[in-house]
Amino acid sequence: MTGFMRDDPRLVGGVERRVFLRQTLSLGALTLLTGCDISDQGGVQRVLRAMSAWNDRAQSLLFGGQRLAPTYREQDVVRDFRYNAFFPAAASPKLSAAEYRLELSGLIADKRAWSVAELHALPRETQITRHVCVEGWSMIGKWGGPRLGDFLRRVGADLSAKYVGFECADGYYGSIDMPTALHPQTVMAVTFADQTLPTAYGYPFKIRIPTKLGFKNPKWVRLIYVTNRYPGGFWEDRGYNWFSGS
Amino acid sequence: MTVRATINARAHPRPTPLHPLSRRIMHWINAAAIIVMIGSGWRIYNYYPALPIHWGFPYPYTLGGDFTITEALNNDDGLANALLWHFAGMWVLTLNFLAYVTIGIGSGHFRRDFLPVSPRAFVRDLWAALHFRLEHRLGEYNAVQRALYWGALGAILVTILSGLSIWKPVQLQQLTWLFGGYEIARVVHFCGMAAIVGFLVVHLSLTALVPKTLVAMIAGRASERRHAPAGERR
Repeated sequence: MTGFMRDDPRLVGGVERRVFLRQTLSLGALTLLTGCDISDQGGVQRVLRAMSAWNDRAQSLLFGGQRLAPTYREQDVVRDFRYNAFFPAAASPKLSAAEYRLELSGLIADKRAWSVAELHALPRETQITRHVCVEGWSMIGKWGGPRLGDFLRRVGADLSAKYVGFECADGYYGSIDMPTALHPQTVMAVTFADQTLPTAYGYPFKIRIPTKLGFKNPKWVRLIYVTNRYPGGFWEDRGYNWFSGS
Repeated sequence: MTVRATINARAHPRPTPLHPLSRRIMHWINAAAIIVMIGSGWRIYNYYPALPIHWGFPYPYTLGGDFTITEALNNDDGLANALLWHFAGMWVLTLNFLAYVTIGIGSGHFRRDFLPVSPRAFVRDLWAALHFRLEHRLGEYNAVQRALYWGALGAILVTILSGLSIWKPVQLQQLTWLFGGYEIARVVHFCGMAAIVGFLVVHLSLTALVPKTLVAMIAGRASERRHAPAGERR
């Protein structure tokens, strides 16, 4: 192919090295513009929240009601499981078996409160699954307790309702979609590593959902309710994605 | 080409269209999506680094808003914003990537402009490039460029797939398994990002060296006179 106007290779060296230096310097200056972060502008926030709502729908479509989270071997279980809350472990709510009652409300037929002994008497499901945090860390743990789905059926919850909400003794709150609540691996974990669930991990029970991120697994639960009104959640109200499925 | 057209072309050298409009649009959508994904991804990384080294990306180079503003507005220190960006950007990046690959294969752009790329030509052109002896012809890619574009396409593909596998380690568990499990998939995702950043450094440096390529990617044509013989190329 002839006739192209070419850069003379002999000229390219000196001249272009200088041009190169100058232009990369201006590219460097351009990257400093990232200081003008638009993330918190009203319009941008609205678009981002709308995309998050879209992601809620996409994730609920992708969710398989009977698709099980991978399970692991006994030797994979992390013994020194990470304590995680927005306050130090010493400040965890210390609930006593004598006084504790699990309250039920919303679209549930039998709203009788449950004692720890009654919860412990229910048939248990044990799982060794991976807990994945929204920050990126993950740990394999062993949890056991009644299936939330069985419990909801037992108390006559409206299973056609959209949401199951939780309120916790530490002020934390959250909610999940009904299909996830009825998933066979969603349990009210009363044990961790075959021991009674320790105070720091949510005694008397935590909701363990291996198909969702860690923050969707509330601890120290004191109220379960069923509703069709979007209940939000502690982190969701701070901008985190609501469905947050794994 | 008629005689008249040939004469006209000689009288008024028409700049040759290098990049069709669709490709330019997809290029800039991709550029924006990549910047969003890297910026937000760096901040997400900082919250719990996938690599076992005590190092994070400098805060001003991450995307997710100013710490204090976000704290005041959302009661969050900025991870939520970064995640919102990341999971919004992934749709743009992925759909645009699929469109680009589909059109690239369908239109013959990949076959015509990115192939062939022989190891021999690659070494020859790389050697010349490192000595600033490699000439740059608009609209024609040398072997180093071709290899780089394949590398960038591969890096984006691997980063998208590994990203999906750590986003959905339950629903897409077969994909996560392919990447060696959740923890290794995170490292793969990081390496994919690193490869893309590496490509970007070279890509932007070469653009700085030959600025008319930037003009071509914006306007579709550059003011470089070409006399392509009839029947050859375009």
